[in-house]
Amino acid sequence: MFAIFTQLADWLAYGLLRLSPETRLGEAVHFFIEDVTKIFFLLTIIVFAIGFFRAMLTPERVRKVVAGRSRFVSYPMAVGLGAVTPFCSCSSVPLFIGFLEARIPLGVTMAFLIASPMINEVAVVVLAAAIGWKYALLYVAAGLTVGIIGGLMIEVLKLEKWVEGYVWNIKMGEAKLQAANTNFKARVDYAVDQVKEIIGRIWIYVLVGIGIGSLLHGFVPESFFLKYASADNWLAVPAAVMTGIPLYSNATGVIPIVEALMSKGVPLGTVLALMMSVAAISLPEMVILRKVLKPQLIATFAGILFVAFISVGYLFNALVV
Amino acid sequence: MKTFKILGSGCKNCANTADLVTRIASESGVEVTIEKVTDMGEIMGYGVMSTPGVIVDDNLVHAGGMPSAAQVTEWVNA
Repeated sequence: MFAIFTQLADWLAYGLLRLSPETRLGEAVHFFIEDVTKIFFLLTIIVFAIGFFRAMLTPERVRKVVAGRSRFVSYPMAVGLGAVTPFCSCSSVPLFIGFLEARIPLGVTMAFLIASPMINEVAVVVLAAAIGWKYALLYVAAGLTVGIIGGLMIEVLKLEKWVEGYVWNIKMGEAKLQAANTNFKARVDYAVDQVKEIIGRIWIYVLVGIGIGSLLHGFVPESFFLKYASADNWLAVPAAVMTGIPLYSNATGVIPIVEALMSKGVPLGTVLALMMSVAAISLPEMVILRKVLKPQLIATFAGILFVAFISVGYLFNALVV
Repeated sequence: MKTFKILGSGCKNCANTADLVTRIASESGVEVTIEKVTDMGEIMGYGVMSTPGVIVDDNLVHAGGMPSAAQVTEWVNA
């Protein structure tokens, strides 16, 4: 299905640029061209389709749907909807306050915030195109589970005391937004706006990710990863998670790196732990959440995720060969 | 005169939205006042969870993401 992008990269890298597939530069350039064309093509198509069918959920809708449900329902719902609801990280604060104001438990709210950056429908399709559906679905399952466990931990530890006091006093009004226009032209306009908005927001992460992926693919020999990042080296998983913490990227931007590492034989668990850590834990996100969470809660939150990602890494390295 | 309120905690999209309204209003020769609302309590008071939000004369017309130029033109000239 994606052979056309390989052929395009063959033609550009080996034909037009006269690079040899045997050289490191040739391999890197080929990887770069193939991934840039493939990923941006997929991004445009998927975001357009979701926008056209107005399948985008809004945080306001999610809040209404999740409020007042029992925990057996609200946790799975929060992570599931977190995965498919796009929102800019600058909206994390109003989202957080809005959820608590609707008496959605802190744990459920945090579960939503954990799952949301790790999983989204665009990243899942791109991941499947890069490493196959089986592994992409394993990633989704692991991400949803981490979201639920992370949220439950915060609930069990009763960390409401570490939410900033003013949050509990905010009263939310009723939004009265008119229904959207749903004729064909309005749908197309909306979908085009979504493509511009979402690609405008994440293209730089994707491009940097592809650049790093190309360098790894072309210039770092397989023996390097065999020596330092094989499943036998138990330090590799924590090292991968640690590496991911200061780095921040959109989930889609990490995928070219995932692809390059897996092609070099780095085991699945290590690679997925890295992807989760890059997408879910980031300094800018912590700074934003600091407006509503006390430092103790931010530290606990990061600690829980750190342990969860390492567990995912070890588990997959042990189970998936 | 129309009053626009741009709801948002000071993110880039909120500033861009305010600029867009200013530009289109001056292009259309319509006088408007623009107020940036950054107080979280007030933002939530309008029922908005996804920013930027846009209020025209106390009616919520938009929430979440940059509005399009066509939308803004409509609000300015309505």
